[in-house]
Amino acid sequence: MSLSAIEMDNVSFFYNNHPVLMNVSLRVEEQDFLAIMGPNGSGKTTLLKIILGILNPARGSIRIFGKTPLEAAGMIGYVPQDTWLNKDFPVSVQDVALMGRLGRPGRDRRYTSDDRLLAAKVLQQVGMWDYRDRPIGKLSGGQRQRVLIARALTVEPKILLLDEPTSSVDAQFQTDLHSLLKELNDSITIVIVSHDVSVLSGYINSVACLNRTLYHHDSGELTEEMLNAAYQCPVDLIAHGQVPHRVLRKHDHENIDER
Amino acid sequence: MGEQGMIEAFQSEFMRNALLAGLLAGVACGIIGTLVVVNRIVFIAGGIAHAAYGGIGLAIFFGIPPLAGAVGFALMVSGIMSAVTLTNKQRADTVVGVLWAVGMALGIIMIDLTSGYNVDLMSYLFGSILAVPRSDILMMALVDFGVLAIVGTLYNSFLAMSFDEEFASAMGVRIGMLYYVLLAMIALSVIMLIRIVGLVLVIALLTIPPFIAEKFCRSLKAMMAVSVLLNFLFTVTGLWFSYTFNLTSGATIIMIAAAFFFASVAYEKIREHVGGG
Repeated sequence: MSLSAIEMDNVSFFYNNHPVLMNVSLRVEEQDFLAIMGPNGSGKTTLLKIILGILNPARGSIRIFGKTPLEAAGMIGYVPQDTWLNKDFPVSVQDVALMGRLGRPGRDRRYTSDDRLLAAKVLQQVGMWDYRDRPIGKLSGGQRQRVLIARALTVEPKILLLDEPTSSVDAQFQTDLHSLLKELNDSITIVIVSHDVSVLSGYINSVACLNRTLYHHDSGELTEEMLNAAYQCPVDLIAHGQVPHRVLRKHDHENIDER
Repeated sequence: MGEQGMIEAFQSEFMRNALLAGLLAGVACGIIGTLVVVNRIVFIAGGIAHAAYGGIGLAIFFGIPPLAGAVGFALMVSGIMSAVTLTNKQRADTVVGVLWAVGMALGIIMIDLTSGYNVDLMSYLFGSILAVPRSDILMMALVDFGVLAIVGTLYNSFLAMSFDEEFASAMGVRIGMLYYVLLAMIALSVIMLIRIVGLVLVIALLTIPPFIAEKFCRSLKAMMAVSVLLNFLFTVTGLWFSYTFNLTSGATIIMIAAAFFFASVAYEKIREHVGGG
């Protein structure tokens, strides 16, 4: 029997008695590439933090390959949103990448040469090896984002979660990131969260829309109902086949014009 | 007073004790001060320091050693503060402020209630490094040893938590536990510093060295080491000045630290200017 990578069952989460997530159920199979779309404040980041075990849901259950999020610590690589506060923090790019190794047994032992080799390989993958000794505060937003992606990859995760990963990177890296993710998807499960439909690409095989509750479709298609439910007004409708293509839906006001 | 006078000064028993106490406090405070500064919990450290006064008052009232009372009470307060901070971040600020004031008030009232007790309160408020007994020096050495052992073994976890608490938590680092250990170490360091500079001035000595070090260091380890060295420098220079000009030692140490602090800010401004021009 093969276990689902992520299995959420009727999960609800409240923040100061205010519902953020209501009865969210979600099943992500191994090697899926899921995009969760939703407007700002729809609970996307909260959903990721519940999967990671950073937040505990008020109701419902969550399993990562059959384990609780706490037991699964170190199986998931997490790329948080780039909202940086402490720019003076004294840490180098290389040391940040190494933090991904904290999930290994004996976390506080010295990093081994294998850990360092892995961090070096991953920093090269994201094009940040030349900056390895740079303090993290001396990087641009896009460079910092790459380092955070590198940190998630040194986890050697079975699941990779990305929260708005393309918000501050340039167009070139966006393309690079998409092909990197496609390559990684051969062996790991990927969940990407965004309010921006441009993250949808041909590599995604499943889309869900979130706005407090989740509208999920098993195929890589975003249906009109899902979008209508999640966003107040219908936006771009994207479809995927062998060749990715984008169908632009008419907006409400255009419909009104036609009448 | 020339070099001769300085050597003479450090030859007297009380000066040697003072110097030793200053150096020992510098080790723990350089390391813990660094964690306080990068975690942005200076206010919590201040709260623990002032609440500890409640412990001193209680100890005097019940006739136990004031230092023991301060340690016990500060550990309890730091436990409450870490629990509140972890469960309700928005309210933590207020709770810390309340504990800060209540601890202080409790201390004053307990001493009022102790009939005939006429302790030199000034020595707790502004320190009495020149009157540090041998037993305190032993305790300081133990605290140093404990802090070095704990931060040494849990360094990776402390670094990860300070840098990005959520990522660390997702990696399985037990944030709640680690945070409590950090606050308990702050409590112990702060009480050492009460001896040296008094509780009013604790915050300055805990935060100024790491603040200066942060500008020049690229790793947390380096920042800790530089802070310890700066602590040594401030204590030795401060003691010498206070002896030479007959000034209160705690306040003199702080003024030396403040002078370096402003010099470092000025240096940075000039460097930015030159670099930018």
